Amino acid sequence: MGVPLIETRGLKKYFKTSRGMLHAVEDINLKIQAGETLGVVGESGCGKSTLGRTILRLLPATAGEVLYNGENILTYKKHEMQKIHLNMQMIFQDPYSSLNPRMSIANIIAEPIKVCGTVTGRHAIEEKVEEIMDLCGLPKRYMNTYPHELDGGRRQRVGLARAMAVDPKFIVCDEPVSALDVSIQAQILNLLMDLQEQKGLSYMFITHDLCVVKHISSNIMVMYMGQVVEYASKEELFKNQLHPYTKALLSAIPTIDLSRRSRERHALTGEVTSPIEPAPGCRFAPRCPHASEKCREQSELREVSPGHYVSCVLCR
Amino acid sequence: MRESAVHAEKCENLLEIQDLHVQYNTDDAVVHALNGFSLTVNRGQKIGLVGETGAGKTTCALSILRLLPDKVGQITSGSITYDGEDLLHAPTAYMLSLRGTKVSMIFQDPMTSLNPIITVGDQILEVLDLHYPDMSKEEKEKRVDEILSLVGIPPSRKNEFPHQFSGGMKQRIVIAMALIAEPELLLADEPTTALDVTIQAQILELMKELKSKFNTAVVLITHDLGVVAEFCDDVAVVYAGEVIESGSVEAVFAREKNHPYTEGLFNCLPDLSSTAPRLIPIPGFMADPTNLPEGCSFADRCPYCRSICRSEKPQMHVWGGHGIKCHLFGQKEVE
Repeated sequence: MGVPLIETRGLKKYFKTSRGMLHAVEDINLKIQAGETLGVVGESGCGKSTLGRTILRLLPATAGEVLYNGENILTYKKHEMQKIHLNMQMIFQDPYSSLNPRMSIANIIAEPIKVCGTVTGRHAIEEKVEEIMDLCGLPKRYMNTYPHELDGGRRQRVGLARAMAVDPKFIVCDEPVSALDVSIQAQILNLLMDLQEQKGLSYMFITHDLCVVKHISSNIMVMYMGQVVEYASKEELFKNQLHPYTKALLSAIPTIDLSRRSRERHALTGEVTSPIEPAPGCRFAPRCPHASEKCREQSELREVSPGHYVSCVLCR
Repeated sequence: MRESAVHAEKCENLLEIQDLHVQYNTDDAVVHALNGFSLTVNRGQKIGLVGETGAGKTTCALSILRLLPDKVGQITSGSITYDGEDLLHAPTAYMLSLRGTKVSMIFQDPMTSLNPIITVGDQILEVLDLHYPDMSKEEKEKRVDEILSLVGIPPSRKNEFPHQFSGGMKQRIVIAMALIAEPELLLADEPTTALDVTIQAQILELMKELKSKFNTAVVLITHDLGVVAEFCDDVAVVYAGEVIESGSVEAVFAREKNHPYTEGLFNCLPDLSSTAPRLIPIPGFMADPTNLPEGCSFADRCPYCRSICRSEKPQMHVWGGHGIKCHLFGQKEVE
């Protein structure tokens, strides 16, 4: 494989709080090849959204590198960054609050085109907007409507159209379907996959829903309190999950398959501990059923089989 | 002839909703939220009410407690019977004694359903103050401690405020509040939607334990078919204010015979065991509740739609407890 489209090396993001440093993203190394989807799963507060935003430089990184086509974009100046943003876009979780209520749908989609200046001239921009709306399954009659007139699914299509307007190569999708009903969720997931096939897009798909992630991703990264606990291809992860947290997460998913009703459950007790000045060692240890003295040592992500990384002292 | 049958089953049927119609009168239009909604809940039964946003699930729960917004929400026809008592014509005093003691409700959002400036202990105590004015202070405090330890919160934390608890713990406190008077019926409106899966698993496990302890009947309102499959005995699928399919979880989730809408829901759900490259979405959107079609409300989105579906409302066709409201099945029945 050649140079990955997106790569991070030792990426860290800390937030200053009155009680000390909050370690939101800790030492993340990931690679996303062109045309691939990396699924990032974890519970609320595990740092998955912060990771996505840090990669796009919507938040300044504390340490580490973000490489786009092999170049570190964290050192780029503002005007260079604008060019990078032509290739890297984002879709947000809440289709209700991420669209400006005072702008018409056509203006919302045209805004990134105007800001980046990829297309000039009123007619040309209008044509481009129509083309993008068509691509995202939005009928032309919505051009002059406003966000409040649309339902959640169509609004999320507008959010996607806005990201697609500058023909990006990479999109960070931050829980794009979690606010939608299942029948609408399926439409948006299919649209995302169609666009990926047509345009060769890469996604970083952030979600808490393992079923969705299984459906859309090529590789999956499981996060817990800012750290990667397991990283593997989709097939490998669902066949052979090794980290106790991944196992617990998988067995906690309610499923419509009645034969799994009586499955063995690795139910977790307790809740996520504070990420402010965390103790060294495995951060999952306080909730882990297999925790021992060894877990206080620094845990590192280790390759246990080709392409399958686990951070647990039990999986040596 | 009906009369005697109803009386014979009186102890069995805790709640019976018959052909309920509820509308919201807004400035612009009349929103038909429930259109002939029927549901029966037996004692100790765990029934799941599934449907998408706007299907009328929450309206149903609010109608049972007569908590619909004043003047705007209106029950136009139908009946709700609770333990033989007609709730729609019951005096307010009766409703007050019912709410919180016999029927209690868990609201969707644990973050907003607690009062931020009252300690959680006092909030739970308030239920006892209202419904058991004769109980001694010590007895009440003891009950609060008991219920808190039952839901897995150390009673020593009862003097803390809601913001000092995490989302999962707040939901446990809301459940403690709902259960302290040991109700016969618990209406749980999306109790785990705002929570993470591992916490959701804990809460569902807790509700199961409590159910077996108090033999409370539970109506679990959710949009998540997976949660229903894991938690409930029976399921009712709601679409545009009607129950379009109901039956035991085994019968409905066997996926042998389903309403086209339920079938569509199953198809568009990404599942851990499926390997299909693409999901099959249900085309279109839910029928506009201000302008419902004459025939079946799912007709516009239904792949099996025929001319009769557009002109006539389908009847519920029942086979041994599994009912489907669809013309497709009616014909087979006639043959």
